[in-house]
Amino acid sequence: MSGDRRTGAPAHRSTGEPAYRRTRFSFARAFEMVRKETRQLFRNPMMVRMMFGPPLIQLLVFGYAVNTDIRNTRTFILDQDHTAASRGLADGLTASGYFVVTGRGERAADVTRALDHGDATIGIVIPHGFAADLACGTGARVQVLVDGTSANSANVAQGYVGLIVQRLGQQLGAAGERGSGGAGVDLRARAWFNPDLRSAVYNVPAVAGMIIMLMGLSLTAMAVVREREVGTLEQLMVSPLQPSELIVGKTLPPVIVATADLVLVTTVAIFWFDVPLRGSILILATGSLFFLLCAIGLGLLISALANTQQEAFMSMFFFFMPMIILSGFMFPVANMPVAFQWVSLANPVRHYLEVVRGVFLKGAGIEALWKQMAVLAVMGTGLLWFAVLRFHKTSR
Amino acid sequence: MRSGLSFTRLLAVARKEAIHFLRDRRSLGLAFGLPAAMVLAFGWIISFDIRFIPMAVFDQDRTQASRSLVDAFTASSYFVVTDRLERYGDAEPLLNRGAVRLVLVIPPRFQARLSSGGPAPVQALVDGGDANTAIIAMTYARGIVAAYSTRALLGARRVAPRVGAETRIWYNERLKSSHMIVPGLIAVVMMIIAALLTSLTVAREWDRGTMEQLAATPVHPAEVIVGKLLPYLVVGLIDVLVIGFIGDAVFRVPFRGNFLFFIGASFFFLIGSLSLGILISAAVRSQMLAVQVAMISTFLPSLLLSGFMFDIANMPKVLQAISLVVPARYFITAVRGIMLKGVGPDVLWPHGLGMILFGTVGLALAVRAFRKELR
Repeated sequence: MSGDRRTGAPAHRSTGEPAYRRTRFSFARAFEMVRKETRQLFRNPMMVRMMFGPPLIQLLVFGYAVNTDIRNTRTFILDQDHTAASRGLADGLTASGYFVVTGRGERAADVTRALDHGDATIGIVIPHGFAADLACGTGARVQVLVDGTSANSANVAQGYVGLIVQRLGQQLGAAGERGSGGAGVDLRARAWFNPDLRSAVYNVPAVAGMIIMLMGLSLTAMAVVREREVGTLEQLMVSPLQPSELIVGKTLPPVIVATADLVLVTTVAIFWFDVPLRGSILILATGSLFFLLCAIGLGLLISALANTQQEAFMSMFFFFMPMIILSGFMFPVANMPVAFQWVSLANPVRHYLEVVRGVFLKGAGIEALWKQMAVLAVMGTGLLWFAVLRFHKTSR
Repeated sequence: MRSGLSFTRLLAVARKEAIHFLRDRRSLGLAFGLPAAMVLAFGWIISFDIRFIPMAVFDQDRTQASRSLVDAFTASSYFVVTDRLERYGDAEPLLNRGAVRLVLVIPPRFQARLSSGGPAPVQALVDGGDANTAIIAMTYARGIVAAYSTRALLGARRVAPRVGAETRIWYNERLKSSHMIVPGLIAVVMMIIAALLTSLTVAREWDRGTMEQLAATPVHPAEVIVGKLLPYLVVGLIDVLVIGFIGDAVFRVPFRGNFLFFIGASFFFLIGSLSLGILISAAVRSQMLAVQVAMISTFLPSLLLSGFMFDIANMPKVLQAISLVVPARYFITAVRGIMLKGVGPDVLWPHGLGMILFGTVGLALAVRAFRKELR
């Protein structure tokens, strides 16, 4: 290995173009670079843990924490009526499974207090005379107070309360009359691709996209900048190592780590979270490869432009955050303002998530996903090419 | 060698750190630009109110009743009918392509069943691929159908509704997503920025080998830590004000509470998160690792386990327990309480106490970790 290195002519700064520039790409040298980089990467046991621990943690957290289905909404019931009808209404709400009664009170101040303190998200006020109004047929009213500070829950919970109250009203009223309980339009919903509507099935495959991007981006971006900051990049430059060999050496270890992470995440998704894999693994693998090229290219670009690791990290974050927000990872692209929907077309994460979710959930084939795949392929090679160009320029 | 704490030395360290930071123009720009950009992006892009969901209708009844049910869907502005199907089989390719999110199937004899007083079922096929949107779409659909059903029944009998629910939204009257997001975002952004800024500063000294030099000087560890914190504390407080200003000027988020209390809470929260950054960098010693650890330990928990977007009450018990040690959880509750609810220390004191605890314990741990490192 060391012999190989010495075959290259030493650099002559005074004579302009150093001799090694003219030597051709050597696989042996590139391989040595990869070996050196891999060893450096894995030398720190903490780093190894960081490469595989966090992806798993992220997967578990996203699988379990991200849940937009509203169950157990904390509810405060203010029953000023104290009749069988008002108790029936309160029981009906809890029986639905969407609401958990966390407090009951008598005075209006109690419900204000509960919402102010955040002890309850919803307050239901059953006024005095509720049962009487119901019986005489003039129409009874209940008041629903919703804490709008968590708009998402409020939106959904509000819909459920309205529904349940309406249905209970029909039942309570019908009890007095002839048994017409089943009358009216009944909506029977059926969800496709994800019959139980589990959020995890939707979120977990997407975590793969986030992790590949994060790993590819951060490992590549930091690897080169570190050499520059510590001052060893000049040493590398005067060695017979060619820029292209340096790039291969710097990018291949992150590629390997990201691929290992992808396999890990996919395995956990399928066997632990029971996410169905309905499509072809081949499409998933090809799409992931193109996507990985995007991540590496972007990482390399950052490392070519940044001078310090802090700078590289901040720039990385500057790219990473918008890419995740505009990807449809947590917020569907279709809900964004139209201008941002256009912007998101330039976001590789968006296209990759469409591939991942299509393959996993819908079993979509290449005929449905060829557009996304083509975009990823073009972006990946383009970014990498551009990054290599920039890299040659700055490293000289 | 080491005398007691000296304010002069502390200021010297702070000055050195400030010069260091100010010289790095790009990091400086990012430290101020990133929070502003994130608030704008989050505020504009994230919207939980879903409107104009594309849907298809397969109407096998073709009567006045079925048409008015479809009208009820479009009139709500939650749905747009983009396709009318002729065959049941057409529904599948539409859902597969993602062209529509929901297919409403109205069976034959719908009107006849409805007027006879029996149950009249209709079917909704939902694209469950995106569970989040699907749940919201289904809730909307249920509500629309229920309202229609009540109207149809009452129209026949001409009586007032039995029970009406009169909903009032408090604190965020128009249920604007940005009002809910901006206060939470202050916590998330500051947690990340703060931990990032400091986690790199100590690790950088290790990477460059200047830590030994620093150790050889008569500077006390506490002076180093506090000195390193000070410039970033200023940056962080400015960021908080910038985010607050954008929230007010761009998104019209109300500020109903006490400003002083808000600044106090931010102050202690920032000290805590800045100390966390120092703790990380003292523990891992390399900038690359520090970055990774900072991301995992700050970004993810404050985004997901803080109640910022997802209700903690809906999480499994284990995650609920973990969320108790996520400082952003308390800070978000405090900021939302101050900005939207207008409540004061009398209500929020446990959260304020949490902030003070986080700040002091974080600072103490950082000084301790640093002292250990130097020996």
